[in-house]
Amino acid sequence: MKSLISINDFNKEEMLQVLDLALEFEANPDQPLFTDKIIACIFFEPSTRTRLSFEAAANRLGARIIGFSSLNATSVTKGESLKDTLMMVSNYADMIVMRHPLDGAARYASEIAGCPVINAGDGANQHPTQTLLDMYSIRKTQESLDNLSITIVGDLKYGRTVHSLLQAMSHFNPRFRFVSCPELAIPREYIDFLDSRNILYSHHSELEGQLEDTDILYMTRIQQERFQDPMEYERVKNLMSLDVSMLKNTKPNLRILHPLPRVNEISTNVDERPEAYYFEQARNGVYTRMGIITYLMNQM
Amino acid sequence: METKKKLKVSAIKNGTVIDRIPAGELFHVIEILGLARGDFQMTFGTNLESKVLGVKSIIKISDKFFEEDDVNRIALVAPDAILNIIKDYKVVEKRFVVIPSGICGLVRCLNPRCITNHEPVKTRFTTRMTPEGIVLKCHYCEKETGQKNLQIISNN
Repeated sequence: MKSLISINDFNKEEMLQVLDLALEFEANPDQPLFTDKIIACIFFEPSTRTRLSFEAAANRLGARIIGFSSLNATSVTKGESLKDTLMMVSNYADMIVMRHPLDGAARYASEIAGCPVINAGDGANQHPTQTLLDMYSIRKTQESLDNLSITIVGDLKYGRTVHSLLQAMSHFNPRFRFVSCPELAIPREYIDFLDSRNILYSHHSELEGQLEDTDILYMTRIQQERFQDPMEYERVKNLMSLDVSMLKNTKPNLRILHPLPRVNEISTNVDERPEAYYFEQARNGVYTRMGIITYLMNQM
Repeated sequence: METKKKLKVSAIKNGTVIDRIPAGELFHVIEILGLARGDFQMTFGTNLESKVLGVKSIIKISDKFFEEDDVNRIALVAPDAILNIIKDYKVVEKRFVVIPSGICGLVRCLNPRCITNHEPVKTRFTTRMTPEGIVLKCHYCEKETGQKNLQIISNN
């Protein structure tokens, strides 16, 4: 029995197997493979994209879905512990998809539940299904995951999707450009990780001028609450924002990804450009999650 | 003429002498090894001169011998410690501590949002060495805690 809690739970071959499954599901989305299974989607904090795409994926695979998307209707409001909640849910379901506000809650859940657990986001820690759908989008647009130049912009300190993407893409000889302000720079432990893998990277303080040889531009949201000084936020935001005028002299295969929701880091005048891929990226989430569910069900 | 070094902490007949403990870590070592709650005789000295550490602490415990796993737990706070196994007033074995690859239930995770600080979960860490000292990576939240921020959880 295998769970997906952290992107490091999958090795390179397992990631590629999931992406191959996702490709098959995109070609033929309605495959009722698991009509005899029940999947519990338990969301201890709000989510739209992740929850709906998991439920869409489970539905397309023919599984039945139970769960909750807010705590109001659960015994958690009566003070029930996470452990007790999980013991109950794993009695009822064949697989659990869980989002929880605390870091590490998903790993803990996988140790308690008697069925596979998929981490749909645990606090600021991991969101591995987002990473796999990012990889699916990268492979689909670039036709390969190998030897790509990836520019990552915005909140590199707290952005969990950024950290997981680094770990996942490290298997494919990437070259990274990190664009951020010092307050939101990539944490030291991830720099140590890249050094240990001999992966090339460089640091930059503004987005302008970094796109000429970029294959994938990965934008992230800068949260205003990270800044004590509102003026500093405005200054940084402007240096990290993408406008259509910056998409000159770029490679024809350049694609722009964003885990969404977007605030104002990508100007809406970029949306109509062929490089804009963030909405298709979100759609890929359903196929990728179908691939993940299928892969884990087949490991049981 | 035979000269004898005067011991600042009296000798024991049988048991374990833990030497080269950093002076400020004495009570952490006592806590980690659960010595405060034992019924064996124990003497200790602190702020003693040391060629290696400048000042050090030393603990002598009569009729007490440690398992290797127990010993290695003190590597977090006293990586240079040496255990002298004493039999009939003589050192019969010297043991060096080794930083274990995993630490379970000994240290609190520094991350206030970690599940281990909210539910009754035993903490687990993997270790790695850096130029700044030992770093612990939480098995649950995957955040790292450096040596300077280690908070030892009471042993018993």
